[in-house]
Amino acid sequence: MAINKNMDPKKCPMPVQDPMIRRNNFEEVALGYTYEMAVNEAKRCLNCKNKPCRSACPVQIDIPAFIERVADEDMEGAYKIISQSSSLPAVCGRVCPQEKQCESKCVRGIKGESVGIGRLERFVADWHREHCKEAPEMPVQNGHKVAIIGAGPSGLTAAGDLAKLGYKVTVYEALHLAGGVLVYGIPEFRLPKIIVQKEIDNLKAIGVDVETNMVIGKVLTIDELFEMGNEAVYIGSGAGLPRFMNIPGESLKGVYSANEYLTRINLMKAYLPDSKTPIKHSKKVAVVGGGNVAMDAARSAKRMGADEVYIVYRRGMEELPARKEEVEHAEEEGIIFKTLTNPVEVLGNEAGEVCGMKCVEMELGEPDASGRRRPVTKENSEFILNVDTMIMAIGTSPNPLIRSTTPGLETNTKGCIVTDGDNGLTTREGVYAGGDAVTGAATVILAMGAGKAAAKAIDEYIKNKS
Amino acid sequence: MYKIVRKKVLNPTVTLMDIEAPLIAKKAEPGQFIIFRAKEDSERVPLTIADFDRDKGTVTIIFQIVGGATMELNSLNEGDCLHDFVGPLGKPSETDGLKKVAVVGGGVGCAIAYPIAKKLHNLGCEVHSIVGFRNKDLVILEDEFKNVSDKLCMMTDDGSYGTKGLVTNALEELIKEGNQYDEVIAIGPVIMMKFVCMLTKKYDIKTIVSMNPIMIDGTGMCGGCRLTVGGETKFACVDGPDFDGHLVDFDEAMHRGTMYRDFEAHARESSCNLLNKEVK
Repeated sequence: MAINKNMDPKKCPMPVQDPMIRRNNFEEVALGYTYEMAVNEAKRCLNCKNKPCRSACPVQIDIPAFIERVADEDMEGAYKIISQSSSLPAVCGRVCPQEKQCESKCVRGIKGESVGIGRLERFVADWHREHCKEAPEMPVQNGHKVAIIGAGPSGLTAAGDLAKLGYKVTVYEALHLAGGVLVYGIPEFRLPKIIVQKEIDNLKAIGVDVETNMVIGKVLTIDELFEMGNEAVYIGSGAGLPRFMNIPGESLKGVYSANEYLTRINLMKAYLPDSKTPIKHSKKVAVVGGGNVAMDAARSAKRMGADEVYIVYRRGMEELPARKEEVEHAEEEGIIFKTLTNPVEVLGNEAGEVCGMKCVEMELGEPDASGRRRPVTKENSEFILNVDTMIMAIGTSPNPLIRSTTPGLETNTKGCIVTDGDNGLTTREGVYAGGDAVTGAATVILAMGAGKAAAKAIDEYIKNKS
Repeated sequence: MYKIVRKKVLNPTVTLMDIEAPLIAKKAEPGQFIIFRAKEDSERVPLTIADFDRDKGTVTIIFQIVGGATMELNSLNEGDCLHDFVGPLGKPSETDGLKKVAVVGGGVGCAIAYPIAKKLHNLGCEVHSIVGFRNKDLVILEDEFKNVSDKLCMMTDDGSYGTKGLVTNALEELIKEGNQYDEVIAIGPVIMMKFVCMLTKKYDIKTIVSMNPIMIDGTGMCGGCRLTVGGETKFACVDGPDFDGHLVDFDEAMHRGTMYRDFEAHARESSCNLLNKEVK
């Protein structure tokens, strides 16, 4: 039992690579707590009885319990508690928006800074990976088969939970590599791919089959997955087609979707010096959008050698939807924030390449339906931003491949799969869905939460059926 | 793994391969495409399916050696395996209700035009095929086209084989002779498809083209393959690759196709050097 509480009002800062150095490399920005830092930070947790942090976690990790183990220096014990609820702790410790979830409810946050829950989660997962060499235990098989579509955070979470319950799980992935947005979207400097690979290896070790190069809806339909003996199917196919603004010039050479730009760099490794993947080596880049994807694209562009990188966002700094830490890191790395700015046209030269972006200034008017103040164009505020590349990071719409080949699967007007309440049941019996395919573009942890809820529902469905 | 069960050199720059991929062979239809990666660190490259054998479980691809990735693919031999092979992607070509069709193929585009001609022929449709090449040495699939066409016009730019001239010359002649086509299907270089469409627009004949833009995932994620069709943004991988040729902005497609020209030239040279080293 930890006796000495640490009453420092501030959380232990995260050691990071120096901004002037890291903006030239793709190595991880945040270096992680040392052992001593982790134990000290863990002692800041008051171990409150009603655990407000836990109820703010989409996968309901027993946060005070694992932190208590860290304070007691029982790191493996801490890992066991986290892994009861989360299949991908090393990932979540790095990419969850903790300040909007668990840490936002921390009692220590009332008169100071909340406990560094995310940093501790990351420490525990990394400690386990580095110190524990035992293969995870193979669960006892229950003889039932489930198919999962998409090896991203949602599908992998559902796969992990079902495999632990004894199901024979096959995950079908369209790309040549499992991981979904964790491998094609989130850059190496924020989430090293070796960590994702290790989490996937852990799932394989408990009997999960991962089949890459399988585009469900094309090579096999959901009906065929049932014919193959699967008793339930979980759709975690993720976000799909990138959105564009429908302004003139978006087809010019040098206009990328963030998906394409990041996929070239991350999945296709264009950041490595001997990579075979073509990518534009830009000098001045504008990234349109204010979310985490926009921050990832901007910071990647900087690392690919761009001199000037702008974030162009139509609302203000306060309204940026990205994690606070990502915004701060981007600012430190020299990303220029052009907020209250909206592009109206992409300008091209004779060769059809981007040579500028015509923008207008915005101001915030009355709140709209979402409660956020609506940006309105300032009159006569047009100006030209001198850029050679424009990256659109304004969201995606769900992938059409599955809905167009699955009879009876209802989708809403936006193309998102319709599910019943929290358990992810679609309008087809035995077919569940979650993550971006249902919600539209959201976060890794929400997708994981949906995968977790659906795994529970699938287990109940199959048990009641047989 | 995706084994190469047959490799055949069709001309000095074009190679045919039959790839073992039973699940894809079972579902493939003319007009659809696959994406391959020759080796673990190779680029993802889309290729339209040239043929398939559902019984043998093979998919045929025909490719022109244009860059580093196709050069790597060409370095593999019968018995070797491709690292990745995914498909069938895109929508199949529509063939319903067609009674008389002109199929126009240009260069290696003939590899994609052939399976559609074959399917139409098998459905009992009257098929007039017009195939064009730069010269005699580059001619591919002549016998195959003969077998599935009621009429075959062989065109070469320099007149070294067949008739000297462009595919559009032959097509216009056939139209003027009084052939009434339900549809023209044109597959080849973007510039060829553009001129075929300008011609058929004049005669008001519906024309379908198969677009092959730059893409990465091929499943509707990256958005790299976007085209402007009828003023709207379309994605070749999920909305196509077949489009109404009278609505496609070909000039824009040609521009976008040159995005990585310098990189490609560089990659081709370094691949050559690497392969030469391996030979030594």
